[in-house]
Amino acid sequence: MCYDLDSMRKLYPYLKGYLTESILAPSFKLLEALMDLLVPLVVAHIINNGIGMNDQNVIIRSFIFLIVLAVLGMLFSFTAQFFAAKASVGFASGLRQSLFDHIQSLSYSELDELGTDTLITRMTSDINQLQTGLNLSLRLLLRSPFIVFGAMIMAFTIDVRLAIIFAVTIPLLSLVVFAIMLKSIPLFEKVQIALDRLLGMTREDLTGVRVIRAFCKEEDEIRQFDELSEDLTMMNRKVGRLSALMNPLTYVIVNMATVLLIYCGAIRVGNGLLSQGDVVALYNYMAQIIIELIKLASLIITINRSLACGRRVSSLFEISSRMKYQNDHVEEKDDRCAVVFDHVSFAYNGSGAEAISDVDFRVDKGQTVGIIGGTGCGKSTIIGLIPRFYDCSKGTVYVNGTDVREYPKKQLIGKIGIVPQKAVLFEGTIRDNLLWGNEDATEEEMNKALEDAQAAEIIAQKEDGLGSLVEQGGRNFSGGQRQRLTIARALVRRPEILIMDDSASALDFATDYRLRKAISGFKDMTVFIVSQRTSSIRDADLILVMDDGKIVGQGRHEQLLKDCAVYQEIYYSQFPEERKNNTEVFACE
Amino acid sequence: MNKSSSMNTLKKVLRLIRRYRIQVFFSIFLSAVSMILQLYVPILFGEAIDHISAAGADPKYFVGILMKIVIVVLIYAFASWLMNLVNNHITYGVVEDLRKKAIRKIQDLPLSFLDQHSTGDIVGRVIADADQLSDGLLLGFSQLFSGIVTIFVTLYFMFSKSISITLMVLVMTPISFLVARFIASRSYTMFAKQSETRGKQTGLINEMIGNEKIVKAFAREDRASQRFASINKELQKYSQSAVFFSSLTNPATRAVNNVIYALVALVGSMKIMSGTLSVGGLTVLLSYANQYMKPFNDISSVVTELQNSLACAARVFELIEEEAQTPDPDRQLKADRGEIGIDHVYFSYDKKQKLIEDFSFHADPGMTVAIVGPTGSGKTTFINLLMRFYDVDEGKICIDDQDINEVSRKSLRRHYGMVLQDTWLKNASVRENIAIGRPDASDEEIIEAARRAHSYEFIRRMPEGLDTIIDDDSLSQGQKQLLCITRVMLCMPPMLILDEATSSIDTRTEVLIQQAFGKLMEGRTSFIVAHRLSTIRNADQILVMCSGKIIEQGSHEELMKKNGFYTKLYESQFAKAD
Repeated sequence: MCYDLDSMRKLYPYLKGYLTESILAPSFKLLEALMDLLVPLVVAHIINNGIGMNDQNVIIRSFIFLIVLAVLGMLFSFTAQFFAAKASVGFASGLRQSLFDHIQSLSYSELDELGTDTLITRMTSDINQLQTGLNLSLRLLLRSPFIVFGAMIMAFTIDVRLAIIFAVTIPLLSLVVFAIMLKSIPLFEKVQIALDRLLGMTREDLTGVRVIRAFCKEEDEIRQFDELSEDLTMMNRKVGRLSALMNPLTYVIVNMATVLLIYCGAIRVGNGLLSQGDVVALYNYMAQIIIELIKLASLIITINRSLACGRRVSSLFEISSRMKYQNDHVEEKDDRCAVVFDHVSFAYNGSGAEAISDVDFRVDKGQTVGIIGGTGCGKSTIIGLIPRFYDCSKGTVYVNGTDVREYPKKQLIGKIGIVPQKAVLFEGTIRDNLLWGNEDATEEEMNKALEDAQAAEIIAQKEDGLGSLVEQGGRNFSGGQRQRLTIARALVRRPEILIMDDSASALDFATDYRLRKAISGFKDMTVFIVSQRTSSIRDADLILVMDDGKIVGQGRHEQLLKDCAVYQEIYYSQFPEERKNNTEVFACE
Repeated sequence: MNKSSSMNTLKKVLRLIRRYRIQVFFSIFLSAVSMILQLYVPILFGEAIDHISAAGADPKYFVGILMKIVIVVLIYAFASWLMNLVNNHITYGVVEDLRKKAIRKIQDLPLSFLDQHSTGDIVGRVIADADQLSDGLLLGFSQLFSGIVTIFVTLYFMFSKSISITLMVLVMTPISFLVARFIASRSYTMFAKQSETRGKQTGLINEMIGNEKIVKAFAREDRASQRFASINKELQKYSQSAVFFSSLTNPATRAVNNVIYALVALVGSMKIMSGTLSVGGLTVLLSYANQYMKPFNDISSVVTELQNSLACAARVFELIEEEAQTPDPDRQLKADRGEIGIDHVYFSYDKKQKLIEDFSFHADPGMTVAIVGPTGSGKTTFINLLMRFYDVDEGKICIDDQDINEVSRKSLRRHYGMVLQDTWLKNASVRENIAIGRPDASDEEIIEAARRAHSYEFIRRMPEGLDTIIDDDSLSQGQKQLLCITRVMLCMPPMLILDEATSSIDTRTEVLIQQAFGKLMEGRTSFIVAHRLSTIRNADQILVMCSGKIIEQGSHEELMKKNGFYTKLYESQFAKAD
């Protein structure tokens, strides 16, 4: 437990703002519990002094007192619930905002390590679970032990001898309740794992239905599913057998204690040491204890789950961006090179091998660079280093003659327009999406960007033009339309450097061609084009041919076709008939 | 859900439980026994308390009655333990039976059903809905039953102690319900607002965090945070009210209970003074008044739970009762030549929208047939029909003169090797994934196939080689395609279907694979769907499809000569940038 709480220290600050509420909520809950604890005493008073003394006034006064206790108890409880709701929701909201902001501060490396799914789960279900856990803790965590021990103390005030029965029963009950619970928590986790496996299997069967049927594997899949399903049933029954003990065992213990209580009580009343009403009060206290212990047990299961969520959220805060940015605007050196890679190597975290090694090239301002190569050869890695999404492990990347690590973030990003591989748009209007590229863009600039990106016709078809709605992810546009809109988004920035990461793959060749022509109209813009198609890059001023993380050739198309074997292979795999025409060239070399 | 369909579902659930009817009767019996015993205990304690008096007690009496209590408690404990075990057994048994039925049905459903329903929806039915059914329905049954038993037994015991007090309690009961209902209706609005806002927030989280890299590439972090903050503040407001209002129910109903308790104490003591009730009787009434409300509250929540479970059950049953694909004939396909005849075939997914009409085609044994055409022209549909993932509406498809509708699907599919664009891998070892078509293949054979498919390169580099466990996310799209190709290379089936099989593989590797396929395809009838025209140029026959029809047909040279649709398609793809 201590270890648990320590691992969550990152979460404390969010509770601090609600310190008053967090203290008031349980305090009012304790007041309410106090009202509950007084009830058996009042009933004892009725029996001893009202009935015993035949005094109607005592009974009526006691009745009014009971009503007052009920109303006060309710008001205290309402107040407690209010503070608990305020503290827990406030805590969760603050935490959610901070976590969101924290995620915004992470760099690509950390995002790669954590993965999107994890981040989304932490942001949503984990924090919701924490909110519920905190709310219940504030309301009940103190109340139940308070009533249990309160009942025991009350018992001591009535009769010390008989209270010893309480002092023995309570630890015994706690032992049973907590032993069963502690044993079942790990089993519950196993059940969850078994259920997840079954879920994964079902999903797999559905997504792979064509392959399964094509290979006639239906029976095998059914057999495997049955195994997993029986596994789950076994785990469930195991947990079930354990929790089946809880109710009968605690019931037996409490009632045995009550039997003992009545027996000893009867003797003591007979000896004149105790009254009948007192025995009734002790009997009632015993009943309160059992109810509270069972509540406590189920509360602890909830809290345990929340603690696990808390640990996961907290551990996310422990991860901070390893990338540090400069704050001050830098004066750029006057350099004719827009981008220089000086013997750059880079390895992604967690993979030993370098994704690119010793990459060395320079690009003049206004040049167009094509990067080509096979799947996983490091094309996207290279362009990710220019806007400093990652820091290279060896060598230096220069933009406008300045080391990228010397730029403040916004100054560097502001120079670069990126069209990512994955063409994603965001919910809102087309205008909203274009403003991502440049918040101050005018209507005219946006239209120009759309035209250059060959996307003007998409808008022309829409009634609302720039105001046309974009659904989440841009799913109301086709892949090709999305690609053109993301290109427009980058162009609206009028970037010094435009990076297109295989972002024309869904365009037909004619549109691709018109697009490249429009882009070549921006004379002072340096352009990087990553592509698998040689036709997209053959006109580039500089072509980098990548193979297995290394540059195996750089130069212009004609030159590479002569002296770069990898480039030849790629090119002829796409234009086989030209191989025949060029066989002589091959023969010469 | 209306009444009659709920009743219908209920009947089906009962039919499902029928297998366990002995256990169910046993459980009901045990539940009745334990409930009656549990409620009898306070009566016994009440009697014992009545015999406590300053005049001194008869120890013999106390030993007697207390022994009785001990025995009753022990029998109760045993019965309720046994009942828990039996309920456990039934619950998990029923859900397992249900899931097994569901998975068998899934393997036997026509693809049209699976294609029309999202994976998440069906997975939800098999996993979450089945769970809800077991939890809700069976716990519901037992609680409903024990609740009703408790109420009647309690009332019986209370009436036996004091008719007037019991009537008073009965009259007061609805107040607690009204209070609970009042609060529930208030909090409902808040809950609706909360879940609406939460939905908006989750959408934003998915959008922003899901595309965090793009957010960063445009330095929009601050904007994203601002947008998040405004939704978050709104959510905080609604959540706080929803959480607060909903947490009022318990204290409020408890307060009503406490008032009833006080009234019982008042009236009870008056009756003791007038000699119509004993102190023990009062303790019995008080402890009953305390727990009497509980089954009422339980039952109202159980009824909601039950309705919820029935709705879930209906969804599972809907899946299980879905019409299976047409039964398979016993006849096995025997085809050694691989001659395929497609004879005036009509087909459409949606009967309102015509797709393939009057489609005829003949493939000689060993022929390579390429299918090209724009997206949505029916290329993949054609393959769906060849594999009998879908049945033709009219006309027939024959292999070696045998109608594929008249042979078993399995025997038909065993004749094909298929690689789809949509790669799919099991969450299992590389070996299992490759050997899916031939589980008995030796390591040498698997490695040989991997070499030919050019996947051995990366398999070898994986941490545990063939034994590495992979899932759908651990490989790149290109690597996945290579594994799927390896799968087919290992099987060496007599006919091949390649649907965009190399679309994510770089062009250099593609050329190498194509050579391997070239060898594999020798003497085998094969169908190739491809985007890149370069991959289909060498086919014997090219089918150019457009809106479900073959509009051109012939070899590459013939089609180029025609100067039609194919020529246009070809030129647009290889247009030079000059």
